[in-house]
Amino acid sequence: MRRPVAIVSWASFETPTEPARNEVEMLLPVIQAALGKVGLTQRDIGFTVSGSSDYLQGFPFAFVGALDAVGAWPPIRESHVEMDGAFALYEAVNVLQEEGIDTALVYAFARPSRGELDRTLALQLDPYCVAPLWPDARGLAALQAQAMKDSGRYGDVPDVPPTVVADGCVAVVLAVGDRARELTDIPVWIRGIDHRIEPPALGVRDLTASPSTAAAASTAGVQDVDAAWLHAPYPHQELVLREALGLNGQPVDSAAGPVMVGGLERLASAAAGIVAGKARRAVAHATSGPCLQQNLVAVLEGSS
Amino acid sequence: MTEATTEASGDVSIVETPINLNFSYTPGVASSRFLRSIEQGRLMGQRCPKCGKVYMPPRGACSMCGVATDEEVTLSGKGTVCTFCVTRIPSPGLEAPYVSAWIRLDGADITSMFLVQECDPDDVRLGMRVEAVWVDDADREPNLGAVKYFRPTGEPDADYDTYKDYT
Repeated sequence: MRRPVAIVSWASFETPTEPARNEVEMLLPVIQAALGKVGLTQRDIGFTVSGSSDYLQGFPFAFVGALDAVGAWPPIRESHVEMDGAFALYEAVNVLQEEGIDTALVYAFARPSRGELDRTLALQLDPYCVAPLWPDARGLAALQAQAMKDSGRYGDVPDVPPTVVADGCVAVVLAVGDRARELTDIPVWIRGIDHRIEPPALGVRDLTASPSTAAAASTAGVQDVDAAWLHAPYPHQELVLREALGLNGQPVDSAAGPVMVGGLERLASAAAGIVAGKARRAVAHATSGPCLQQNLVAVLEGSS
Repeated sequence: MTEATTEASGDVSIVETPINLNFSYTPGVASSRFLRSIEQGRLMGQRCPKCGKVYMPPRGACSMCGVATDEEVTLSGKGTVCTFCVTRIPSPGLEAPYVSAWIRLDGADITSMFLVQECDPDDVRLGMRVEAVWVDDADREPNLGAVKYFRPTGEPDADYDTYKDYT
């Protein structure tokens, strides 16, 4: 990276179900906490980007409505990805390579408890030949787990629990170079980051491996990491990810988290782990799509 | 071309894949309080603690400042027509002609759309003073249908400066 980018602040919120507050009301305190920790306001942010899915809210352009939680006036430079917030962070890291943009706010939110997550996720599948069959998300994960059992390459493959339905949000503040050092004594540098996608047709993929994770890890520079924070929406996926990342014995913190939020939360947790001294150089991973279809890998490092 | 030919060898041009998803919608804290207030025959707004703007309906946040709005302000139900449209073809439940207007309620800093009735559409004008006519107490539900329409108050027209930013 020409301009080094660091995670300088973060905040998150997660609950099994958030029945009272809407998305904006849920996001407001989390965004303000993340900005407040480093003494920033939205006016100080050069680029704002979010990750979410309108299908979860059942509301067209819900991601635009969420800007109420940011305050887009005077007009701000802003973007959105219909993916986990970790992929929004990838966009922010790229935009921060431009001269003149030194800070970014990345946030993600979801309230899937209001809908039928297992069915909603079917809408990310091929709309002609797969989605009309309404395969549920847990069922697809179970196909993957069964393929892993059949392959014999993994010892005990855990059973597939119900899809995690949790509501929540996360906000991460990024800053470049000296700006990051101004904002915090302990910036967590993003030394490498990449993401890769696999074909959308599940039948052409080897679900027992994650070549997209391995490819992203290779370009992100996953070597000599002493801990890993992995985004595994289902427990068996941690086994696939450990193999794809070439982990051998390092401590692994694996979690699902709220859909659209869990991946960005993993990056924030990895940063928190580094700040807390649990790791010096860590790999953080995020996934989106069915059966680990899209994977993002980042290498994070403390300042020392 | 016969139908059989189409089915056997024609390109498929349309595929129907119905999507049904169920959501249990919750409007949020601010909107819930607003909906309860109109059920009681009262229009409630919220003031931004930073810029002072009053939003009606409130959404719990000032979309310009990005801060929570929790100070509640009860509005009188009177307002000023800021811009309007006369529709000359009927809509379901509405005979033509009818008037839709953006109304700035007294004390609010954004306009809201309501019908204007009990007057000749040709008499509706910018600056006209209007007031809310409510559905009967027993029939009100927590939605904006609780306000049947706005009607002229008969007051002198509002000064242009009071609504010039909202036309």
